[in-house]
Formats: sequence, C-alpha cells, structure tokens
Amino acid sequence: MSGREDDATLAAVIDHTRRRERVTRAWLLAPALIIILAISILPLGITIVYSFLTPGTYGGVTWKFSTDSYVQFLFQSDIFDGTLAFNSAYVSIFLRSIGLALGATIGALLLGFPTAYFIATKPREQRNVWLFLITLPFWTNLLIRTYAMLLIIRDEGIINIVLMKLGIISSPLTILYTDTAVFIGLIYSFLPFMVLPLYASLEKLDFSLVEAGYDLYANRLKVLFHVIVPLAKPGIVAGCMLVFIPALGAYITPELLGGGKKLMIGNMIAMQFGASRNWPFGSAAALILMALVVIVLLINARVTGREAR
Amino acid sequence: MTEAKTVPLEKKSAWRPGGWARDLKAMPGFKTIAWICIVTLYLPIIVLIWFSFNENRSVVLWTGFSFDWYAKALENDGIRNAAWVSVKIALFATVISTIAATMAALATTRTRPFAGQGLVYGIINQPLMIPEIVTAIATLSLFALVKKLTGLTGIGYLMLAHAAFCIPFAYMPIRARLQTMTLTLEQAASDLYAPPLKVFTLITLPLLGPGIVAGAMLAFVVSLDDVIITLMVAGPGETTLPIYILGAIRRGITPEINAVSTILVAVSILLVVLLFFVQRRMQR
Repeated sequence: MSGREDDATLAAVIDHTRRRERVTRAWLLAPALIIILAISILPLGITIVYSFLTPGTYGGVTWKFSTDSYVQFLFQSDIFDGTLAFNSAYVSIFLRSIGLALGATIGALLLGFPTAYFIATKPREQRNVWLFLITLPFWTNLLIRTYAMLLIIRDEGIINIVLMKLGIISSPLTILYTDTAVFIGLIYSFLPFMVLPLYASLEKLDFSLVEAGYDLYANRLKVLFHVIVPLAKPGIVAGCMLVFIPALGAYITPELLGGGKKLMIGNMIAMQFGASRNWPFGSAAALILMALVVIVLLINARVTGREAR
Repeated sequence: MTEAKTVPLEKKSAWRPGGWARDLKAMPGFKTIAWICIVTLYLPIIVLIWFSFNENRSVVLWTGFSFDWYAKALENDGIRNAAWVSVKIALFATVISTIAATMAALATTRTRPFAGQGLVYGIINQPLMIPEIVTAIATLSLFALVKKLTGLTGIGYLMLAHAAFCIPFAYMPIRARLQTMTLTLEQAASDLYAPPLKVFTLITLPLLGPGIVAGAMLAFVVSLDDVIITLMVAGPGETTLPIYILGAIRRGITPEINAVSTILVAVSILLVVLLFFVQRRMQR
C-alpha cells in the first residue's frame, strides 16, 4: 500500500466523521431552534406585517396596506377636514418610560454598586449567603413582589403607619399611583439584575491596585472613583443594560403601582390588543420599543467593543 | 488558592500617605446600603406573608393568627382551577423545553466549533433579549392567525408559548454543566469500544443529570411565574394562578390573595433552594 492511498483513506474517513457530526448536530439543534424560530421569531415578522395593515373592527387586522399606525404615533388627524396635527400623547408616553427606566437604572446602580462591593469584600462563605439572598427574589413571582410592594406603600400601608406612629408625618404620604411608586417599584423589581454582574466584576478586583492607590496619596473617594469604578466598568455597563431594558418594557409595575393612570410603553402596547383594539398600532408601538432596545444594545456593543481593544 | 499565598490585605493596617486606612477594602456606608437593599427586597414579601395569617379581613391591622384565608383559598374553585392550569402548562413546558435544551446543549458543547455557532446562541437566547411585552403581542398575533386559518383552539397554544421562553432558562445550567465536565471518561469509554449511544446513556447522561435537573427546575419556576405572555395569549377559561391573582388584585385587596401568593412564593422558593443544593453537589 502506498502512502498516498493511506492519505486518501484517512481523508475519506475524516470526511465521513465530519459529515456524520454535522448531521448529528443538526438533529440535536433542531427541536430548540424550530420551537424558538416558530414561536418567538416568526411572530416578530408577523408583527412587522401587522404594523402596516388596517385595524379590524373587533380587534385583529384587515388586510389592507396602511402606514396609519406610524403616522398616528406622531400625528392626530382632524375628524372634520383630515388635516394632520402633531400629537404628543404617544411620544410623551415613550419619553416618560425612557425617563423612568433611566431613573430606575441610576437608582439601582447607586444602591447596587455599594451592595455588590460589600458582598465582594466579604469572606467566601458569607458571600454565597449574600448572593443567594440577592438572587432569591429574582426567582419569586414579579407580580406577587409588586403586589407586596403595593401593600406597604399604600396610604394605609406599613410605611405610612410607622411614619405616623413615629410622629414624622401627620397625614399619610400618597405614594401609590404616582411616578414615585413606579420608580420605586422598578428599582425593587430589577435590583438583583444590577447587583449580580457588578459582583461578578468586583469579585475579580485586584486589591493590590487599591493599596497602590492609597500608597500614592489617594483618599478613599479618589481610590473609589479612579481605581475601583474604572475596573468594575464591564459590570456597571452589563448591570445597567440588564435593568434598563426590562424597565423600559415593564408592564406589571406601572399597571399595579401606577394604577393604570401613569402609563408606560408596555401598558400602552397591551391596551392596543385589549380594550381599545388597534392591533396595527400596537404592533407599530412594539416595534418602536424593539428599535429602542436594539439601539441600546448597539451602543453597549460599541462601548464594550472599544473597551476590549 | 491564590488568597493563601499572599498576606491578606485587610490585615495590613498601617498609616498610608492618603490617610489612616485601617481596612483597605472597607468603604464607609457601603454596609448600610447593602443592608438597606436586603431589607427593601424582603420587607414587602415578609409583610405579605405575615398578613396572610391574619384572622381579620384587614391587610393592615393585625388581630390574631389563623389559617382561615388558606382554607378559604383552597376551597375557592377559581383558585383551584387556576392552580391546575398552571401546573399542567408548567409541566408540559418543562418537559419540552428541557429535552430541547439538553439536545441543543449537547450540540453546542460536544461537537467541534462550527460556523453559525454565534447565530445559534443568539436564537436560543432570543426570548431573553426582547422585552416580554413584545414577545407577548407577537405571539398573540401569530396564534390569532393560526386559529383563524385552522380553527384549532385550546390550551396547547399557551403550552407551546411557555415551552419557547423556557428553553434559554433550561439551556443555561445544562450547557454550564457540560462545559465543566471533562471528556476523559467519555473518551475512555469510547477507547474501550463502547458504541456512542452506550457512552451517552452510561456516562454522559448520569454525569449531566444534576444539570438537567437544574435546568428543568428553572424552566418550571419561570413558567409558573409568567404573567405577561400568558395574559396576552390565554384564551377564555385558560386562567393560570398569576393571572387569577392579577384579576383578584384589580377587584380589591383581600387576605385571600395574600394566602395564594404566599403558596406560590413558597413553591418557587422551595424549588430554588433545592436547586441551590443540587448545584452545590454539582460543584463537588
């Protein structure tokens, strides 16, 4: 047997195993990919199509092309002469949502960073307990947690009772059904998402750099902002993304704590598929929300990409 | 391991040019904020659980301990039906998503890196990256279309929707387990002429077991707790426990809601605590 024949057989064998591996892989991946493509990604395509159709009388759509949904987002057409006038109602709901989500992100960062740092500097066994305590609420029902928050910030809730008993306030503070309530609720809902990535990057912090900072005449604040914060930046960025994106699309928090009066994008979209029944407009609003999320993700990719270089 | 080699930094207390740093790692006030976070995260739930045992109708005034509201909740047909629907959907979603996730995890860790691997990860994690309300209305639109074309109705739609968003949650721990498992045992079995199927059933699967259990538990908890997708997709009569609770809250607050909520929270916490121990065993 010549060497060349051996090589050819070997190549054929390798080729055969590679092909078999590809087939096996395809079969293994198929169920997960088919389910997600069919039930999660294909519907997004349908949503795009729906956003360009005309609403049906009793919900659903009529198959007639129209860009009304996108026009309606910005303008209101006059009932009598059909002229378009700028309508700020929907834009302001979007701006409010962005503002609330940003506020909640900053609030969660201000609370989450010290917490994550505190946990990261604890002895190993205690860290696991703290982390477990932070993660546990994440796995309990968000609706129930929000309801629990509603119970304590109500006019007759425990916070007002305690404050009144202590004589700090004479009449109950109205928190529920205000922007403050939504803001508190968003922080409360998504705080664990902030702490976990922050912890992941603070845990790896090399404290000899902190020591070097002190040796070089820095005080605590300087060490914090010039040494620790820059080193924790990947965690900060990840945590902010993980809070901002779900906060932007929040539904339960504004529904329960905003009392349906203080709308956010999520509630507005859901309403279009319920009571007011304008599916194309709801689809368009959902796509605009998606676009916002994609923009945030792209900014994130650029920032982290630059860091990596 | 690395900690043992160097002198622990916090022990080195000395005057430093920047000031008297007794503890290098300490930051004033951080401990207080950490405790504030823990109290904020737990106080509302503790109050909720506490008042579910109140004998009074009030969710404000504590008058005495009783199990009345639990008895009332368990007698309530609406709650019992909703609980049954929730469990049915969660079981179906868990089985389907765990099987699909296990297969996908094997494909992404036990074969050579391939072109499009990033895309596959992207697709599997897609349900996590899109705001839930968008997935909810998109799924509703698809199902409305399918219902119109085929005339099929039923709880199957809800089950499939749950299976889809549970896949990434089941996939994560299973893949993590596969990545930390060494190939040595599998290779040894192959070297001893075990056919691939035997290697899989006798070596890979038992080792992967804890990962699969963890994935299934996460999927179950996530399905049980879902509100938004269920709210949009559910047809008439397909009320799950969270949807029932949402409706009840809108109608008015009663300690009965606290009792049902406490049961649901207890189930989730129990599963997560179990999961915690499963994962600790995995690390060993």
